[in-house]
Amino acid sequence: MSEDIIKAEGLTKVFNKSLVAVDHVNFSVKEGEIFGFLGPNGAGKTTTINMLITLLKPTEGSGSVCGYDIARQANMVRNVIGVVPQEYTADEDLTGYENITLCADLYGIPREVSEKRVLELLELVELSAFKDKRVATYSGGMRRRLELACGLINRPRVLFLDEPTLGLDVQTRAATWDYIKLLKKEYGMTLFMTTHYLEEADALCDRVAIIDHGKILVIGSPGELKNNLGGDIITLGIRETADIKSLIEEIEHVKEVKKQDDTYLVKAENGEATAPLIIEALRNKGYVVTRLSLAKPTLNEVYLDYTGKSMRDTEESKESFFAQRMTLRRARGR
Amino acid sequence: MSQTERSKNPLHGFWALTNRELKKWYKQPIVLFMTIIQPIIWMSLFGKAMNLSAIFTSNPNIPQQVAEAMMKQTFGTSDYFSFMAAGMLSFVSLFTTMFSGMSVVWDRRLGFLNKVLSTPVARGAIVLSKIAAATIRSLVQVGIVLGFAFLLGLKTGPSFTPFNILGVFVVVSLFCVGLSSVFLLIGIRSTRWETQMAVMNLLNLPLMFSSNSLFPTATMPDWLQPVAKANPLSYTSDAIRQLLLYDTNANQLMFDFTYLAIFAGVFATIGIILSWRYLSR
Repeated sequence: MSEDIIKAEGLTKVFNKSLVAVDHVNFSVKEGEIFGFLGPNGAGKTTTINMLITLLKPTEGSGSVCGYDIARQANMVRNVIGVVPQEYTADEDLTGYENITLCADLYGIPREVSEKRVLELLELVELSAFKDKRVATYSGGMRRRLELACGLINRPRVLFLDEPTLGLDVQTRAATWDYIKLLKKEYGMTLFMTTHYLEEADALCDRVAIIDHGKILVIGSPGELKNNLGGDIITLGIRETADIKSLIEEIEHVKEVKKQDDTYLVKAENGEATAPLIIEALRNKGYVVTRLSLAKPTLNEVYLDYTGKSMRDTEESKESFFAQRMTLRRARGR
Repeated sequence: MSQTERSKNPLHGFWALTNRELKKWYKQPIVLFMTIIQPIIWMSLFGKAMNLSAIFTSNPNIPQQVAEAMMKQTFGTSDYFSFMAAGMLSFVSLFTTMFSGMSVVWDRRLGFLNKVLSTPVARGAIVLSKIAAATIRSLVQVGIVLGFAFLLGLKTGPSFTPFNILGVFVVVSLFCVGLSSVFLLIGIRSTRWETQMAVMNLLNLPLMFSSNSLFPTATMPDWLQPVAKANPLSYTSDAIRQLLLYDTNANQLMFDFTYLAIFAGVFATIGIILSWRYLSR
């Protein structure tokens, strides 16, 4: 059963015949995995998810979830997946209990089954005490938990999470992930998520795909991707003005040295052991190291390496991504 | 999860979605109160202030019988309030069903529609639930407004039986099913509630004034008469009057019913098919 539970082959979506949102992407997700889709806003993450959850028909290519074709067997796909959308979709005028019951009814789950399940899920996401309160009175974290519970009402084999922690504060984000992990442990489903919090993807995902401009740039486990970068980064400076680039390059485990103004960026395997060697080698030649720092590569460096921009850069230019987003929205006809 | 756990009914979720709409309505006491009080205010102000009967009856030179005959000839009843109140019933349902298109705009904007679409619920059930909710809401409002109309002195006609009230509800249902399908179709495609509001504002008063709801068609200018004759609001108002106020003309009533049934059938079919196609793109 540990076959590919999600498969995409040449999956493509073109809006209005010209805007290519997703461009021939190929990937597969194994059963039980947590698979993350990373990329800046407008990269095609949500469009990909919307095709997989049967909200959009692919322009080209094919995809399958649990063996069902997303275009031809859409209703079968809908039965086996759960969706936690980016927005808060729970009805504010209804109570938490009524909202989950509504979800259950949409899946056609008979009342005698759903009643028990609704209470059980509310218990798991710790909303039992608030189940008869209107959702309008809920906090952001509570609403997220309610969305999670709704997404799990049909005991899905794959749960799709689109930016599940978007707009939450740091503590609530961490708490939300605890709930997601708890639910995964309880029900053992596959998770497919998009996020642009790289630390989260690093800590949680078994494998990630980095996507930009509708194309997948790389797929792999966070560990692999970081290793592929070529090791840790040691940053150092010396008191003297001499060029010591070639001197450092001779040291064992050092792979690459870059000089930026008066700072040296050293890429090295096993940075903790290599850094003392560098200091010693330099002292033997009479140079004094005035500062040194060691950085383990994070997914942020991986991301930077593949997309040529850091996630923060793309976040800062709020206006451009807002425009991009609006374009996509309009193109999707929303 | 196993397939046996699922309901076999292809319209599963229909009642759940309808119920959601109705809950949103009756759980908001202010909204409920406003939607009911508004037509009552209209009816009592408009119907009582515009006392057209007084034009004739207050003139001592016009004999009482002549005045009543003139009123009866123009409005089919000697009491303008009764004439207007019956028209107001169709106007109430017009307003309520127009707003039903708004809810689908919001559902789309808030992402609720997408969530529903990612479940296996039948696309037709989504559309039908909106129509059903709008119709049920209208019927409740019409019932309340009709009750008030009786309290304020609606004069029933010679062939009125309590059974006719049932007929009024059938007429209103047909009108609502047809009209809410139209507005649903407009709403399901628009992403901005402003668009929907603009369409509603453009249509509501013209629809009312180009019908016989407030004034009989016979006295309208030539160019307006065909519009009024095609306007389903006219047939709704006429059918309600035939049932409540007039000495019922069976042929005319049958014609009203047939027209409204065709209107409901045609527009509901178009609305459901197009919305359904749009939703399952």
